[in-house]
Amino acid sequence: MEQKALTKVGLIFEKIDPKEVLQKAYNMTSNEIIQAMLDSGLKGRGGAGFPTGLKWKYTAAEKEPEKYIVCNADEGEPGTFKDREILDRVSVKVHGGMAIAGKAIGATKGIVYLRGEYRYMLPQIMIELKEFHKMIHTIGFDFNIEYRMGSGAYICGEESALFESIEGKRGEPRNKPPYPTVSGVFGKPTSINNVETLVTAMMIINHGAQKFSQYGTKDSRGSKVFSVSGDTPTPGIFELELGMTVQQFVNEFGDGDTKAVQVGGASGFCVPRKKFAETIIGFEGVPTGGSMKLFNSSRSMYNVLHNYLDFFAEESCGQCTPCRVGCQQLLKGIERLKSMK
Amino acid sequence: MINLTINNQSVSVEPGTTVLAAARKLNINIPTLCNHDDLCVAGNCRVCVVEQTGARTLIAACAMPCSDGMDIHTNTLKVRNARKHVIELLLSEHRSDCTKCYKNQNCELQSLANEFAFGDTIFLDLVEDHNYSIDRSSPSFMKDDSKCIRCQRCVRTCDQLQYISAIAVANKGAHQKISSFHNKPMSHVVCTNCGQCVNRCPTGALVEKTYIDQVWDAIYDPEKHVVVQTAPAVRIALGEDLGYDPGERVTGKMVNALKQLGFDSVLDTDFTADLTIMEEGTELLVRLKKALVDGDKKISLPMFTSCSPGWIKFIEHKYPEFLPNLSTCKSPQQMFGALAKTFYAQKRNLDPSKVVSVSIMPCTAKKFEADRPEMRASGYKDVDYVLTTRELAVMIKQAGIDFKNLSDENYDSIMGDSTGAGVIFGATGGVMEAALRTAYEIVTGREVPFKNLNITPVRGMDGVKEATVKIEGCTEDWKFLEGAELKVAIAHGLVNANKIMDMVRKGEANYHFVEIMACPGGCLGGGGQPIPTNAEIRKNRMKAIYSEDEHMVLRKSHLNPEVIAIYKDFLGKPNSKVSHELLHTHYVERDHF
Repeated sequence: MEQKALTKVGLIFEKIDPKEVLQKAYNMTSNEIIQAMLDSGLKGRGGAGFPTGLKWKYTAAEKEPEKYIVCNADEGEPGTFKDREILDRVSVKVHGGMAIAGKAIGATKGIVYLRGEYRYMLPQIMIELKEFHKMIHTIGFDFNIEYRMGSGAYICGEESALFESIEGKRGEPRNKPPYPTVSGVFGKPTSINNVETLVTAMMIINHGAQKFSQYGTKDSRGSKVFSVSGDTPTPGIFELELGMTVQQFVNEFGDGDTKAVQVGGASGFCVPRKKFAETIIGFEGVPTGGSMKLFNSSRSMYNVLHNYLDFFAEESCGQCTPCRVGCQQLLKGIERLKSMK
Repeated sequence: MINLTINNQSVSVEPGTTVLAAARKLNINIPTLCNHDDLCVAGNCRVCVVEQTGARTLIAACAMPCSDGMDIHTNTLKVRNARKHVIELLLSEHRSDCTKCYKNQNCELQSLANEFAFGDTIFLDLVEDHNYSIDRSSPSFMKDDSKCIRCQRCVRTCDQLQYISAIAVANKGAHQKISSFHNKPMSHVVCTNCGQCVNRCPTGALVEKTYIDQVWDAIYDPEKHVVVQTAPAVRIALGEDLGYDPGERVTGKMVNALKQLGFDSVLDTDFTADLTIMEEGTELLVRLKKALVDGDKKISLPMFTSCSPGWIKFIEHKYPEFLPNLSTCKSPQQMFGALAKTFYAQKRNLDPSKVVSVSIMPCTAKKFEADRPEMRASGYKDVDYVLTTRELAVMIKQAGIDFKNLSDENYDSIMGDSTGAGVIFGATGGVMEAALRTAYEIVTGREVPFKNLNITPVRGMDGVKEATVKIEGCTEDWKFLEGAELKVAIAHGLVNANKIMDMVRKGEANYHFVEIMACPGGCLGGGGQPIPTNAEIRKNRMKAIYSEDEHMVLRKSHLNPEVIAIYKDFLGKPNSKVSHELLHTHYVERDHF
């Protein structure tokens, strides 16, 4: 399997002239933008990894005149904190990515759904957003962004639950199909993209699809921002080329005693030491929305599991039987196992 | 058309058809719980999962639209295991005290458990981990959270059919529950007690509050004279709980069974339905005269019917500014109750304090209505106990009566006579039709100009129906109505009532008379009727109601001999002082939240 060495990349946070990039996008046709995304091989950075170009293509193909770009900034997966950093440092790129997506699919409205706990960032973002609107309107974009706040439910990071929440309803996932590209927020065709995806889209417009697709592997193109936490001497945000193994990652970030890495947060994968070398971080191996938690030998994996199950028993929306009751069963079940009753 | 295969059988369906519907077309049974034909798709219970070749996960048949080339299997090992686990998971949260449960043997969860989840389970019992509570506050129904499987049928019913949302989903994860507003008692929230949720609950989480034991006690008490009245819609639905198909008329057998149960007198709500027509029809004509001739600006039009207690509570909560538009007539049940302890007691030489008045209703809201403080015109509680159609079936079973082999019996007298106009009260549009049959004749001296008295424009299952009746050839007293067009409207299901009220509030409706019934189909689809309910069943019940009407000798309320007699002997004339004391009422404004 194709494999890459651990390489630090600096594209997400690099300094650019946003106006220049957006002017460039403005001069492109919808098809050209979508083709660039398809050529780049960009897959959604929220974790599910749906090809961004396809998502835009499907939404663009819808006849309905009213469409939406929604930015999923409800970063709630345990151990993920990259979107906070991105919005904090380069919100203009997030907004820029939305304007580009809007141009691609034919939407004039953008909504950012911001995690409830990130409300403190809102005043600064609003100042930046005002400037941003001024800038894109001079270029000629017919596009406006508004912010909606989440209220703390984990499930609202799921796209259709997020739509329900925006619409003022209880945040519960919808039945699919129809998919958001056909019927999303307010029942209109919607492209919903992660914060990082939108920034990456802007980067692809800036540098071209080819530069982006040089990074990574066949199944996992480009670079990705990782939120590194747990038993590591260097916790924080790192942009890395995709395609490295967990072993390479541990070599870089571990404390020399790493016994397991939780990739992709609570709903992701727990990779044990014996699988470090053979597991690739990416869509061909273990995909991640960015969360990388390292555990050393001082940690009880029972406690880790208990913590996650407790989280899911609490944060399941409760709608469907297997999740609502199943999580309670698993939690109670491992407690029984431990107490040997 | 879309072509797919289910269990290797080919089927073609319209685009948008669900896998569940396609399977039903092939007579392949896929079990369901949260799915209900009257409601939108929920897809939350996951009992209906099936395997789609090539799909990563199992799919919910009720929520998945068919697509071309789909290859579905409904009975693979994976499906059976998943289904069994889902049912066992539901049971692990459910207090399974089936033998003590009112819904025992009439419970969809129990039936599925019987098919899939017998024997040992791998799951732990979670019932004790939940702080379940039982809400007994409503006089109409009980809500037992420990029986709830969170299928949200009740939530969808209350929202989509009734536009109330008295109950909704609260909390998440393990704490998710079906809750009232701020978890207040059901008696203290905007709930119409219509019981449509009870009708659709697949378990014992929502059941009517039963008064069966109290009624038995009254029957066994030698001091008490127990009269029973039966609503129009009971006779065409009771059979469903006693082995008949929907739409079977069992009037004579029902009367016989009631006599065998030991009621002292078996009487008919249809009698007071006829009386209602006399009172309400007169009220309408008086209102029209005051408004049209006297130019009285204080007269409120359109006039709304007042037979449906769910509708009454709805308007009291949601449109209180229109309370003056409600007919002041009590419902037939309450007219009957007031007369049972006055007129009837006098005629039969009974001490009214010893008369117990019981009603058999297709309705749970009637239990609330009987409890209203306004309903004590006789000096006693006018209707002591209200039983649903379902509760009557339980009593008949308890008494060991062989219902199917009963002979037909007639209602007792007095207050047992009725006409076809009374019986059609049980269907949406029926009160309107009965009123028109009489009012038109009062005004013109001629029968309504519809073939065989069947006023078809007001019949049928459309949510909102409108009709115009041109009044021509009036008698001397009613000349002011000559050439007038009487505009009427009919709604059933509170979501449709709301549509009409919305138009009336905006001034977009110019109706004179509006009939509203809280339940889909009218009383025949009431919350106290046999379970299950769906459009097909209600259609069959409706056919039975109109057939019952056609089989009556008398089909106009004002021809009911006992109605004529009661005006002569006791009430004087419609809207007389005595009538107002006993047969009319007033309404109260209630909180909007």
